[in-house]
Amino acid sequence: MKEQDIAILEQKFQEKIDNDIKIEPNDWMPDAYRNTLIRQISQHAHSEIVGMLPEGNWITRAPNLRRKAVLLAKVQDEAGHGLYLYSATETLGADREQTIDDLHSGVAKYSSIFNYPTLSWADMGAVGWLVDGAAIMNQVPLCRCSYGPYARAMVRVCKEESFHQRQGFEIMMKLAAGTPEQKEMAQDALNRFWWPAIMMFGPNDAESKHTAQSMKWKIKRHTNDELRQQFIDVTVPQAELIGLTIPDPLLKFNEATGHYEHGPIDWDEFWEVVKGNGPCNKDRVDARRKAKENGLWVRQAALAHAEKKKLRKQAS
Amino acid sequence: MNSLFEYLLRLGDDSLILGHRLSEWCGHGPILEEDIAMTNISLDFIGQTTTILELAGQVEGKGRTNDDLAFLRFDKEYRNLLLVEQPNTDFGFTMMRQFLFDAYRKPLFEALMKSNNKQLAAIAEKSLKETKYHLRHSSEWVIRLGDGTEESHSRIQESLDTLWRYTGELFFSNEVDAELTESGVLPDMSGIEAEWKQTVDEVFAMATLTIPESPWKFEGGRIGKHSEHLGYILTELQYMQRAYPNMEW
Ligand SMILES: [Fe+2]
Ligand SMILES: [Fe+2]
Repeated sequence: MKEQDIAILEQKFQEKIDNDIKIEPNDWMPDAYRNTLIRQISQHAHSEIVGMLPEGNWITRAPNLRRKAVLLAKVQDEAGHGLYLYSATETLGADREQTIDDLHSGVAKYSSIFNYPTLSWADMGAVGWLVDGAAIMNQVPLCRCSYGPYARAMVRVCKEESFHQRQGFEIMMKLAAGTPEQKEMAQDALNRFWWPAIMMFGPNDAESKHTAQSMKWKIKRHTNDELRQQFIDVTVPQAELIGLTIPDPLLKFNEATGHYEHGPIDWDEFWEVVKGNGPCNKDRVDARRKAKENGLWVRQAALAHAEKKKLRKQAS
Repeated sequence: MNSLFEYLLRLGDDSLILGHRLSEWCGHGPILEEDIAMTNISLDFIGQTTTILELAGQVEGKGRTNDDLAFLRFDKEYRNLLLVEQPNTDFGFTMMRQFLFDAYRKPLFEALMKSNNKQLAAIAEKSLKETKYHLRHSSEWVIRLGDGTEESHSRIQESLDTLWRYTGELFFSNEVDAELTESGVLPDMSGIEAEWKQTVDEVFAMATLTIPESPWKFEGGRIGKHSEHLGYILTELQYMQRAYPNMEW
């Protein structure tokens, strides 16, 4: 294609986006748009799947039948989210097998929050409340993302995420109103998950290299710092409501702006975990790789059986 | 002995322990679709446990809740089959364990729907719907793996060879059953074993699997004599309730 033609296509593409017309799989799109989406959606899919591990860690130890059932349902939802998101990457021409191998080889990233361990039952509360809560802040605007299949997947995902957030908050509320040991367990979980949760929105706007382009393409609607602020503003009163303390001594409400101001974020820690040096990075990726390796014979058998069945049908 | 209580523990504990085993797969399945399926089936079992043990607590009449029964008994007081406490081992083993159990659970619930105990009949009716889906899922995998590749065939045959010894206990019966049959709580259960055997034979024929010849059958779960595995299951299952007694969650 001539450069001139591409320029025209790009212009038409941007006009569609500016007019809030969804881009669909068969529409022309710039390679950079496609690649950005593949990267973002596959990271999102990996986060859903890796995110099953820290919560899966407590299913067998859930304290009662109701909590066990709710946790199972939640983790099952996350697997479902992973599945639709991998399908969304396929609509962009990505190969699911390759996408997953990129996770296992460390090429692809996933949300760093899942590289922290879940050490107590209260962590199931903190993860639901904070991690799913932060995910909602990120994902609600994605329901209006310019890429149709991603936007539609997010509508379904967000409904489930709000159930996840509520069940997490409910766990925390119950603990915070419980015995001193339970309250301490809840506070300890909040202490460990607060900072990693607010880091989930990514680096400060000044450091975020993809934000401007993604906003122009309407893949992103708000900057990292805007979303982080929104999350803090919503979450701090929730902690106060149940009598837990946000582990940030510099946190204060600014009457003039109507927003909370928070203390400095430890970006060194953030980048270390992104690079692979978080407490559980290796465990998480190893667990996923092992699941794939141990399942190889099963997948081969399913293919072989399907093939034999087809041949038998043809023969008869 | 309260026979109905005892019988409900058998049903509830089978669901609880097998649900626990399946939940151990969560996040580690061979394909994402199976992660979802096994978690979903586990969830069905935990749901069954919840209603069955609730009824058991009412029948016992000592004020124990379903959670008390699920989390605060000692190993000898659990009445589940030895089959369901066997470790997951690999995906084929898990599916074989599931299939042998589902093929028994389906005719069992069909029979229990005719119980003169309305609550038990209602539980059976609801659980039957789930069980039919579980049986379809596990049969399909047994067939796929048996018929699939040389490796999958030999693996699943080996699983069958190991698990077959636990199937005799599926049809365990003692004075509990006799008494409940007399009072009409248990309807005629005589056809269950034959139906189970027919399902098993049909599926194994399609899967090209052979039933091992070992005549020896293990039993004990139904009277609280378990394998070494149950203790470890309970260690995890009961951890929170034992470490933090008398708290609400
Ligand atoms: Fe999710
Ligand atoms: Fe979620």
